[in-house]
Amino acid sequence: MEAHKYVWEGAIPLQIHLHESQVTTLPPPPPALILAPRIGYLPLLAPLIKPYFSSTLPPGVDTIWFEYKGLPLKWYIPTGVLFDLLCPEPERPWNITVHFRGYPGNVLIPCEGEDSVKWSFINSLKEAAYIINGNCKNVMNMSQSDQLELWSSVMSGNLEAYQRVSSKLKIATVEDEYTSFYASKSQQGIGETDLAGQVKTGRVAVRLYVWSVSEDFDDLEDMPQPDSWEKISYINRPVEIQKEGKCFTLHDALKVLLPENFPDESLNVKLAAVDFENTLKIPSEDVSSDKVGEEQEQNAYKQVGASCVSGSAEIKLIRIQGIEPKLEIPFSWVVNNLMNPDYFLHICVCVKVPK
Amino acid sequence: MMDVLQWDGTLSAKDFRIGAVAFAQKWESLNLAFPPWSWVPCPKHPWLASPQEEGYLSLEKICISMPQEEDVDQTSQTDPGEEDASCLGNKDVIDDATLVQSNQDGLHHYDFHIVYSNIFKVPVLYFRAYYGDGRPLPLDEIEKELPECSSNELSKSKWTFITQEEHPYLKRPWYKLHPCGTGEWMKLLFLSDTAQPKSQMVVELYLLSWFSVVGQVVGLRIPSKMLNGC
Repeated sequence: MEAHKYVWEGAIPLQIHLHESQVTTLPPPPPALILAPRIGYLPLLAPLIKPYFSSTLPPGVDTIWFEYKGLPLKWYIPTGVLFDLLCPEPERPWNITVHFRGYPGNVLIPCEGEDSVKWSFINSLKEAAYIINGNCKNVMNMSQSDQLELWSSVMSGNLEAYQRVSSKLKIATVEDEYTSFYASKSQQGIGETDLAGQVKTGRVAVRLYVWSVSEDFDDLEDMPQPDSWEKISYINRPVEIQKEGKCFTLHDALKVLLPENFPDESLNVKLAAVDFENTLKIPSEDVSSDKVGEEQEQNAYKQVGASCVSGSAEIKLIRIQGIEPKLEIPFSWVVNNLMNPDYFLHICVCVKVPK
Repeated sequence: MMDVLQWDGTLSAKDFRIGAVAFAQKWESLNLAFPPWSWVPCPKHPWLASPQEEGYLSLEKICISMPQEEDVDQTSQTDPGEEDASCLGNKDVIDDATLVQSNQDGLHHYDFHIVYSNIFKVPVLYFRAYYGDGRPLPLDEIEKELPECSSNELSKSKWTFITQEEHPYLKRPWYKLHPCGTGEWMKLLFLSDTAQPKSQMVVELYLLSWFSVVGQVVGLRIPSKMLNGC
């Protein structure tokens, strides 16, 4: 899984400036240059940053928080995602401002250092486990030592240690379509019948960050950056992958997540994928599948009707782990290789909406 | 209606809406010393098509007086005319409570929202607390006002019981009662409900039953007559 390794080693070069209100010495201290892991969280950098500025801070209690161009940064969003979302034209190094006073408690949830970040991570993991497995028992019943090991592997970026502990959680992963397709092809005679008869399903935990623009732009440079959290919708959506021989691509996943953006193509969207409100209710023993299929079909067409009428939006940019993946890539590959340690796939999308 | 034995304790977004409306109506019809819950619809962004209107239940500006050993749900016996209609607490006890509170920075107000969780497929209670002037109440103050078993639980499971998170619609920090496990105890609740002829999950009763448990955590008890009338 080489790609996964690249993701874990990915980092954002930060140039961190101390906010002028907290500079008490002349000349002001130079900015701190720090390499921040993509899969990490900004408050975890506090021990690295503080030494740069401790001699210049005014007396008092330090509560660290960050901002970019006036926007307080939400500390529970992984660093890489913040960068992809707020800096569509990547700025290297990324110039952000650090504060040690004046925590904006009306906008940002309080952060009491490493513990807050750890528990936020564990709660995300619980949510992902619930979406994928249908319950979060494995996460809740983790032993103290496993929990510590898991968290420290995330903090230190140690992929092997992480994989050792996380495999105990038995959070189902989606089968990688790319490798299984080629693997079965190479099996003499068995391959094709296997593939034809297989209907594999898998549930994926997705965090979608969507911001909208109303103008068209040619270059990323001209793309307006989101300057307020009001303009960014942040949604958790389960995506169900249902394969019937045909490969479920990133494009298919986006049709499920943002049906408004595919008005003409939505008629082709698979039944199970469209009715995502009820996707977790896989037809079970007590309900006849035919009836459920019919209802879902009716719902699907009702929904399709709605999205065609209300005017279309257009996806301008998709970023996952800093890359813009081609839409034809199998979604299973995207999930398995680009997801964060919390088992969520974080996707940043810029959408153009008609005025 | 659904056979409880086959059910996992969760409900769909559509059923949440139905249950919320039924809950709010029942609450209001009992004419308690509480204001009614109101449904707040949430417009979705144009690029996120949603089959039905999303929203949440809201009950705001409740003053909670200091918790006492006596059963707090005796509010239904108090005369709403003789006290501020938005305050709860045993009438005999209110005088003491008001005395205590006036030594502090005035009354403490609470807002409660019942929001549907797309992930856990259950309702979630969000709340926030503030002084009369709008300043947020710190957690250690809130802790003092919670029923004793809640504050015990809070000290044991600081990070997993009541967490501070972003309100899904208002995007501001609110407290939330963690919903994992809700599905399981809701199923148990319905299974143990001997008033029902068979074990049936009735959507209209879901939120009532849910609130009878969850409300107690924050000191809001549903009087038993509200549950018996169903």
